Amino acid sequence: MSTLHHAPPAPVGGSLFGATTLICGVLMTVMAAIIVVRMFFGLASVTNLNDGYSWGLWVVGDVFIGSALACGGFSVALLVYIFNQGQYHPLVRPALLGSLFGYTLAGAAITVDLGRWWNFWHIFWPGYFNVNSVMFEVAACITLYIIVMWIEFSPVFLEKLGMREARQKLNKVLFVFIALGIVLPMMHQASLGTMLVVMGGQVNPLWQTPLQPLIYLLSAIILGYGVVLFESCVAASAYRRQIELHLLNPMARVMLGTMAFYLLVRFADVIWRDALPLAFQANYVALSFWVENACFIAPFLLIGSVEARRNPARLFLAGVAVMLSGILLRLNGFLIAFDTGPGWSYFPSVAELLVTLGIFAAEVFGYIYIPRRFPVLPREPAPARAAQA
Amino acid sequence: MDNDRSASTAPVGNRREFIRGCLAAGGAALAAATTSRPAAARETYQRPPEALGLLYDATLCIGCKACVAACKRANDNPPEFSTVDKLWDTPLDTSGYTFNIIKMYRHGTMQTKDAEENGYAFMKTSCMHCADPSCVSACPVTAMTKDPTTGIVAYDAEACVGCRYCVVACPFGIPKYQYDSPTGKIGKCELCRHRYQDGHYSACAEVCPTGATLYGRTSDLLAEAKRRLALKPGSLTTYPRGNLSGGPDQSYEGYVGNYKQHVYGETEYGGTQVLKLSAVDFAKVGMPYLSPKSSASTSETIQHTLYGGLLMPFAVLGAMTYVAKRNVSRAGEAPPEAPGGEGR
Repeated sequence: MSTLHHAPPAPVGGSLFGATTLICGVLMTVMAAIIVVRMFFGLASVTNLNDGYSWGLWVVGDVFIGSALACGGFSVALLVYIFNQGQYHPLVRPALLGSLFGYTLAGAAITVDLGRWWNFWHIFWPGYFNVNSVMFEVAACITLYIIVMWIEFSPVFLEKLGMREARQKLNKVLFVFIALGIVLPMMHQASLGTMLVVMGGQVNPLWQTPLQPLIYLLSAIILGYGVVLFESCVAASAYRRQIELHLLNPMARVMLGTMAFYLLVRFADVIWRDALPLAFQANYVALSFWVENACFIAPFLLIGSVEARRNPARLFLAGVAVMLSGILLRLNGFLIAFDTGPGWSYFPSVAELLVTLGIFAAEVFGYIYIPRRFPVLPREPAPARAAQA
Repeated sequence: MDNDRSASTAPVGNRREFIRGCLAAGGAALAAATTSRPAAARETYQRPPEALGLLYDATLCIGCKACVAACKRANDNPPEFSTVDKLWDTPLDTSGYTFNIIKMYRHGTMQTKDAEENGYAFMKTSCMHCADPSCVSACPVTAMTKDPTTGIVAYDAEACVGCRYCVVACPFGIPKYQYDSPTGKIGKCELCRHRYQDGHYSACAEVCPTGATLYGRTSDLLAEAKRRLALKPGSLTTYPRGNLSGGPDQSYEGYVGNYKQHVYGETEYGGTQVLKLSAVDFAKVGMPYLSPKSSASTSETIQHTLYGGLLMPFAVLGAMTYVAKRNVSRAGEAPPEAPGGEGR
């Protein structure tokens, strides 16, 4: 029998039609229209991409940042199944749902950006794939992880459909997928950092280091906890549920510990490579470096004490700061501090922004639809449910 | 439910569990680190002995752009316009449709050719055919390849997925993509390898009237470049034209330029097969400083250390599977029959 009793997950219920889902629907339709134009007339017809900045919002934003923001499932699974912190179990399903959407949509987004997308299968085909390529590792690994996550999440659908036998059979081997669900993101989130290495001197030394895989991996784990803080606060407010403070408080402490280690590695590396003077130049790259790291330091001020961590508003703000820091780490390395020579500039077009917004809308829609119809969030204790009605 | 109870009883057992978990995970990581043998650092590749390339001598270039036109013709590329009247091909940079271009350095009054102060100079921009190309290392599907004999860096559109990592990775900004096409390809110089079977060589070198662009084996070209650097500026010497390694003699007498004592491409990123000589500082004519160690070698050393033979991933996966199995069965991942689990 279980040693820790949690409320089992249950559908939240409620209507799917409302202002939010309507807006999501409109944004998703606009996105689909832009994608059609891109498919018939090429990338230049809708994007501001150029040969100086060949990777823009879709790659850096939707894929690199999107997948990192989708690390909640991985970070919580690490805590629950590897560090055996079973009390966090109620966070697993909601976090995994966020990851599932984030990654699946990142995978869809890359297809839109690929210039010769009909050849995509080459990445998995011996004779084509190149094991020296960091991109190969990332692409293969992300694809595998998306499949693994759907399997990890499938008990939710099996429960809903009442397929007990299948559910029990899957349960017996689920630990394999849980382990895969931890190793695969460790691999590709680290490799997303290694992606910068081959770009050499085009990337500002503040972000160009062979330690990039470690920095990106740590950042992804931290982002995972930050996103769970954010999502838990938003879900509690949106569904008028009790906020899971007894879980978020200690989890935030784990996050701060990881962040302290991250900052140590990050600054030791920058100082060791004599790159720190670059952070004190009067330019926007240096400014962006400090904004990025200020966002990493802010949570220590916001939720440094146990008392502060009992304040949902502070937890929420800390989650936002952590997300901003992770977003900036990636934006800085791949776009803001990426200098490919004079004469090149890039800022996403309206159409590019609308596609990213459409992907975000798809995530929000999924996050509204699935918990309302499938057992994802833990069943509320009776008094809270009464209050909700 | 008993959320409160589990929370209040948590700390004591949990800390022990946490430490145990840390030890297990740490042990797993250690095991993983020891089983994956310390992969030898991937050295920077050097040019193959029979490598082919170009020698561009900026002091001989007169900026006629015959090479730009010849390159267009040899590669069946359409003209690109930058003037209002759109009368002739006027590309401002290399692109998915322009693989070779002559750029100009200008300073002050532009009085003297090849002077940094109040002068001007030309510089050819095209693929350098690196000994250790970043694009080849970056490409996930082997669409960019380096010929083991000629060392030519070639592109195969049939293999390409259009991810454009090569565009981002190249320190010279050479592979370029055709953004205006729904089936866009990468465009770059392949040293006219498609013309070799007809007895031709690189079109840019074939048509160059002054021998500023010279074709040949890179070893021969390097020797020629060093010969020029050793000459006294202003003295007379013989300049070959066309194909240095085996073409008919088309040489002529000319004056020695005021060279910077540096053959660009001799050691950059392990060396390139296209070499350059200039009287103006290379950084000022758009040739970046590159260390003798290639970024591809750093990147691949990291990749092979972490993923070589998939040893480390499988070791970590094994350890994680063990720990997860133990923890899943202990925590009772599935409460036997979740009462709320059945839907409508």
